[in-house]
Amino acid sequence: MNLALKDIRHNFGRFALTAIGIGLLLMLVMGMGGIYRGLVDDATLLVNRINADLWVVQKNTRGPFAEISRIGANAEDRLRAVPGVASSNDFVSHTIQREQAARPLRMTVQGLSWPQDKGAWLPLIAGRRLEQAHFEMIADKSLGLPLGHCIVLGKDTYTIVGLTRNMASTAGDSMVFVTLADSQAIQYDQSGEAVRMEREARKARASDFDPGRVQPEILNRAAGPSSGIPALGPPPVSAVLVKVTRGADPAKVAATIASWPDVSVYTAEAQRQLLVGGMVDKSRRQLGLFRGLLIIVSAIIMALILYTLTLDKIHDIAVLKLMGARNFVIINLILQQALLLGTIGYAIAYTVGQWVFPVFPRRVLIVDEDLWLLGGIVLGISVLASLLGIWRAMKVQPNEVIA
Amino acid sequence: MVGQSNNLAVEASGLTKVYGSGNTEVRALRGVDLSLARGEVIALLGPSGAGKSTLLTIIGLVNAPTTGRIVMDGKPVVSEGRFVVDVRTFRRRHMGFVFQKANLIPFLTAAENVRVAMEINDQSPRAARRGAMELLDYLGVADRADHYPNMLSGGQQQRVAVARALANQPSLILADEPTAALDSVRGRQVMDLFRKVAHERQAGVIVVTHDHRALDVFDRALEMEDGLVRGKPAACT
Repeated sequence: MNLALKDIRHNFGRFALTAIGIGLLLMLVMGMGGIYRGLVDDATLLVNRINADLWVVQKNTRGPFAEISRIGANAEDRLRAVPGVASSNDFVSHTIQREQAARPLRMTVQGLSWPQDKGAWLPLIAGRRLEQAHFEMIADKSLGLPLGHCIVLGKDTYTIVGLTRNMASTAGDSMVFVTLADSQAIQYDQSGEAVRMEREARKARASDFDPGRVQPEILNRAAGPSSGIPALGPPPVSAVLVKVTRGADPAKVAATIASWPDVSVYTAEAQRQLLVGGMVDKSRRQLGLFRGLLIIVSAIIMALILYTLTLDKIHDIAVLKLMGARNFVIINLILQQALLLGTIGYAIAYTVGQWVFPVFPRRVLIVDEDLWLLGGIVLGISVLASLLGIWRAMKVQPNEVIA
Repeated sequence: MVGQSNNLAVEASGLTKVYGSGNTEVRALRGVDLSLARGEVIALLGPSGAGKSTLLTIIGLVNAPTTGRIVMDGKPVVSEGRFVVDVRTFRRRHMGFVFQKANLIPFLTAAENVRVAMEINDQSPRAARRGAMELLDYLGVADRADHYPNMLSGGQQQRVAVARALANQPSLILADEPTAALDSVRGRQVMDLFRKVAHERQAGVIVVTHDHRALDVFDRALEMEDGLVRGKPAACT
């Protein structure tokens, strides 16, 4: 006869409520682990997806994810000439916040080197890649913007032609993808008045120099669009992504590029380590500590619950002892209930989590490895938590029944 | 001589029990000799503090005496104030207990309360199920087999408790004021039950009671006072 199951059958309501309570507590532990994973995964998502062999960034910086990195737009062409380089693409990324339907719309704008890169590497769940040089956008589903939706950024209107899933920046902001030129147009957008004032300032500066005074065409150029002034280069980019040719040694190519005095080079793995070890390190450790605390709190709560359940049965345990029940009969009663409570709580945590976690504002990433680990921890907690109850049960004397 | 007769369910000699020491010393038993044959029912009477419950816990192998010897079923179980057998195993195989309250396990049905006593004595679940139903039938509560204790009357609960005490065909049943919580009619029924069980199943039964109205049920009645058995207080029929 299984006494643990008999007790649960008779006190099913109480057991069910206790299991639900423990389940919700374990869901928090599970969720915290998922948030931790999500944070790390979001941080490395872009590096993993882009899958470049090398990241070329501004000299002595740690790349666009760690700090501001500016590198000349011509670096892309220079890099293409390095032996062993198969392709190079500019990388531009910046975060903007706009209003949409009276609510803040925060997004990280990612520039793609169109036409080489049309976003084929993106996990599209609807729509298509970028097929035009301008005014098309691929947006993450989490932004809540539907296919075909038009959004005004800067002076231009962009149409959403594709949707991705789970594409978020290191800060957790949803990503949108436009061509590099559009990305820079959004980044460097200025109001008409600001443009006019800058042109007037340039004209005033040019008129102070002899060439400007003797060559009226220079003054005309200075008062015109920036693109018409050969002395002004295109805006810088954040980084250049390099793919090496098949068979080439990335370390060797990196060493060649690293010898240039204006850039630093990182492998994709190094960039990943910089992200995880730098940018998200504090959040990661904080979540890890909080998760550890939650596990300890869960263990204490489970121990108290099991101790209380044991106290409720202490008289019955004394009766069993008086009848001559062996210790393992009593230990089984407590331990089996503890394991059942833990197992059912875990199942509730997993099931409820499947419904609740997708509603969280940041990604909660539940991976098999964490599920197995938490399952093991829950079993461990169940056993440890039952020890207090078992200790109390072992202490009770059969003469307490007679007394 | 102690232990010579196999017909004796229990034979105790020179039992003393001292609690505390020095100024706080209490001598609960002062040298009790007691023998009980199989099939015999005896009543243990006496005022509160006389040592009845202490004697019961010592004979029930729950507490060890300070000095003395106990032989059960011809086997020494306590010698010089120490247990010489595994008491839990011995209780499981040779003893049954009934209390003032039935002390049934509340999350088990009547049948399961009897079954659990059999199963912890290594009977197979099937044999235990059959045995439990037979005992409940014998005690007239078979129709309550699937009821939980809180669904039974006090008398029915005590009958189930007696069935549980009989589960492993014990040679000794110890009952501590088993009728105290029952009205006179039901109390009488339970006392009659002990007599029936003792005689039909050849178990020795010791009943601690204050109920002098049912003394005719017992083969003997012993009066305890100040830790000593004084002998027969009243005639038993």
